[in-house]
Amino acid sequence: MKILILFAHPAFHKSRVNKILTNGIDESENITFHDLYQEYPELDIDVKREQDLLNKHDVIVFHFPLFWYSTPSILKEWQDLVLEHGWAFGSKGNALKDKLFLCLVTAGGPQKAYNVGDFHNHTINQLLSPLRQTAVLCKMKPLPPFVVYGTHAIEKDEVLRHKEDLFYFLDQLINNQINGEILENFEYLNDFIAKQN
Amino acid sequence: MEGNFFYQAFVYLAAAVIAVPVAKKLGLGSVLGYLIAGVIIGPYVLGFIGEEGQDVMHFAEFGVVMMLFLVGLELQPSLLWKLRAPILGLGGVQVIATTILITAIVMLLTPLVWQMALAIGLTLALSSTAIVLQTLSEKGLLKTIGGQNAFSVLLFQDIAVIPILAFLPLLATTEGTHSSGHESNTWIEGMPIILQTLIVLGVIVSIILIGRYAISYAFRLIAQTRLRELFTAAALLLVIGITLLMTQVGLSPALGTFLAGVVLAQSEYRHELETDIEPFKGLLLGLFFIAVGASIDFKLIFENPALIAAIVAGLIAVKLLILIVVGRFFGMRNDSNLLFAFGLAQGGEFAFVLFSYALQNGVLTGSEANPLIAAVAISMALTPLLMLLNEKLIQPYFGTKESVEKKADDIDEKNEVIVAGFGRYGSTIGRFLQANGTQATYLDIDPNNVDLLRKLGLKVFYGDASRHDLLHAAGAEDAKLLIVAVDESEKTLEIVQTAQKHFPHLKIMVRTKYWNDYYDMLEKNLLGVYREFSDTALRMGADVLSHLGYRKNQVQRSLRKFRKHDEEYATDLAKTRHEQKNFIKRGRQVIEELELLMLDDIDKVAKDKDMGWDTETIKEEFAPMIRMQKDEKNL
Repeated sequence: MKILILFAHPAFHKSRVNKILTNGIDESENITFHDLYQEYPELDIDVKREQDLLNKHDVIVFHFPLFWYSTPSILKEWQDLVLEHGWAFGSKGNALKDKLFLCLVTAGGPQKAYNVGDFHNHTINQLLSPLRQTAVLCKMKPLPPFVVYGTHAIEKDEVLRHKEDLFYFLDQLINNQINGEILENFEYLNDFIAKQN
Repeated sequence: MEGNFFYQAFVYLAAAVIAVPVAKKLGLGSVLGYLIAGVIIGPYVLGFIGEEGQDVMHFAEFGVVMMLFLVGLELQPSLLWKLRAPILGLGGVQVIATTILITAIVMLLTPLVWQMALAIGLTLALSSTAIVLQTLSEKGLLKTIGGQNAFSVLLFQDIAVIPILAFLPLLATTEGTHSSGHESNTWIEGMPIILQTLIVLGVIVSIILIGRYAISYAFRLIAQTRLRELFTAAALLLVIGITLLMTQVGLSPALGTFLAGVVLAQSEYRHELETDIEPFKGLLLGLFFIAVGASIDFKLIFENPALIAAIVAGLIAVKLLILIVVGRFFGMRNDSNLLFAFGLAQGGEFAFVLFSYALQNGVLTGSEANPLIAAVAISMALTPLLMLLNEKLIQPYFGTKESVEKKADDIDEKNEVIVAGFGRYGSTIGRFLQANGTQATYLDIDPNNVDLLRKLGLKVFYGDASRHDLLHAAGAEDAKLLIVAVDESEKTLEIVQTAQKHFPHLKIMVRTKYWNDYYDMLEKNLLGVYREFSDTALRMGADVLSHLGYRKNQVQRSLRKFRKHDEEYATDLAKTRHEQKNFIKRGRQVIEELELLMLDDIDKVAKDKDMGWDTETIKEEFAPMIRMQKDEKNL
């Protein structure tokens, strides 16, 4: 399988965690790392080019830091422009059908803060439900999200461990070693990987 | 002789300058003003001019020739082709029906023989191109259906004069006056008729071919000298040359120049030709109208007031009747039809020519021709009044007045945007506008440039945009935006001043080249002032930063912020610089201002402004808490 990572981070130059996570991620020829803010600094997203890219891949990954419980703005713009009716959804929109959809999220707060009744009062899965539904509407198969919590105070070792988990999983995806049905039983990809180990 | 010329010129000009504004003020239109001026200075009122009025009229008829050239320039060949039905149909039926009816009436009411009656009928069937077109265009009605149809009929009449002139001598019943030498002695006289026809056709074809393929090249050479008066001379030469040529082969000069005008209607020099010929045409036409007024023979009229009045009334009534019927038959609505009929219900200037020709050839005698000439002149003078009557009293009974129908195809020069200067800068704007489906009118002073761009299919016209008449010709009255994209600073200033003075409604956007121009233009209260170097330099600077490894979106934000700040600061500086301008040399001043600017940049732009994306302060506040929670979990 071929993986397309749509990466969106407006202050990548200041990001520690994401620099480590993304470093070397596109060394595999089956992974395309697509840095949206670098490609479209004036937000002039090239719809045709994006759709061509999507056509060439089987797994679509949104990789972003959680900003205000949502994606950075360019990723919303990307959805608004690229996921056209008749192409991505609707009776004739089957371009994305059966592709896998994955969210790769970094969040500043600790895992505990993302719980009902706690600081943010929502789980990450609850917050990501619009993206999940977008994927469903586009006939994609959403995977559970991969989340790195507590980036405001994370140590390098911990980031590297996450990176290892992530790369291992991506490798399995590429080699078709992942059983989608088993995955569905997990709320977060992190749990699935932990179980495997 | 010299003194006489200046005296005459003074009388004519003074009459025009006094009478026309008064007539316009009274809502009568300029044509009536000229005619009244002519009557007043003529032999029967003040007597400033005598019988020489007739000669002046022959000379001033050249104004009609120029007018048809200008009308031709306004008329794309495709539009002319669309008008072929009204020209042949309306025009043909009108001329034939009027001729028959007038001939019949003359034969019924007078003892004249049929030949004389027919000559009178043919002559009176024609209307006055000069008066009708001038009045219609002054009222802005030339592009209405009624106006276009009136024009078509006039055009047919202009063509019809040629066979009528050839036919008249055949109607001769007496010896005639044959004033020697006055007869037209053309080149082709005496040649066999087939050869004559061939020569006439050859002349027409060569006018079309030369106009289409050679003239632009010649005009470009002339324009390259950058001597404006030389271009005017060339334009006059063209019109006069065609007039001479047409006279030599026995065709109507008006028709020839009209044809040349139509051929040149697509040329890039169209606006410039219009602008150059227009004042001559205006003056000569005015002179012509004055001469018509002066030539009205009041002595004759006072001797036979009843007869003349009857002829005038009969002439107008017959023509009105036929025009209304023909117009109705060709499906014109009431309002158009009335405009059409009232416009054309008079005798024309051709009547003067035809009647004197008929006299020479013994078709008519003075006792018939002179009252008719007087009646025609009076009917011409009455035309503006009749049209006024129609407009004010009759039209209101027939519903809405016809307004000009805007057809994008026909009046393609009436664009919302005028771009002055079509070099590297203006052409980029032009391409961008075109790419977004916005047509603009382009003006450029470089003939080579204009030629090249027209080959690429763009609507570019040659001319100096700082001339208000050229801006006018380019449609400045109807345009909304004027884009000044010329290279020279002085020219930019001139264009802005002209436009602000003559077309205050136009919103202006200018390109400036140097800092000083930029500051000067900022004070002009324009819609937008653009430094040509600013944006490209900034983009290049931004690319430098991204090649050095800066994130592109960060660089983009920085660019926009810098530009905004830069423009605000420059505007501030423009306000304050007046106070010190006289003390410091300008060059020095610019350097100092640049220094101030750069200090300000460092102060404001260099600070990272994207605080929303920056998690530094969040980390400071929340990191200890998160660490504490982790520690608790690990314990």
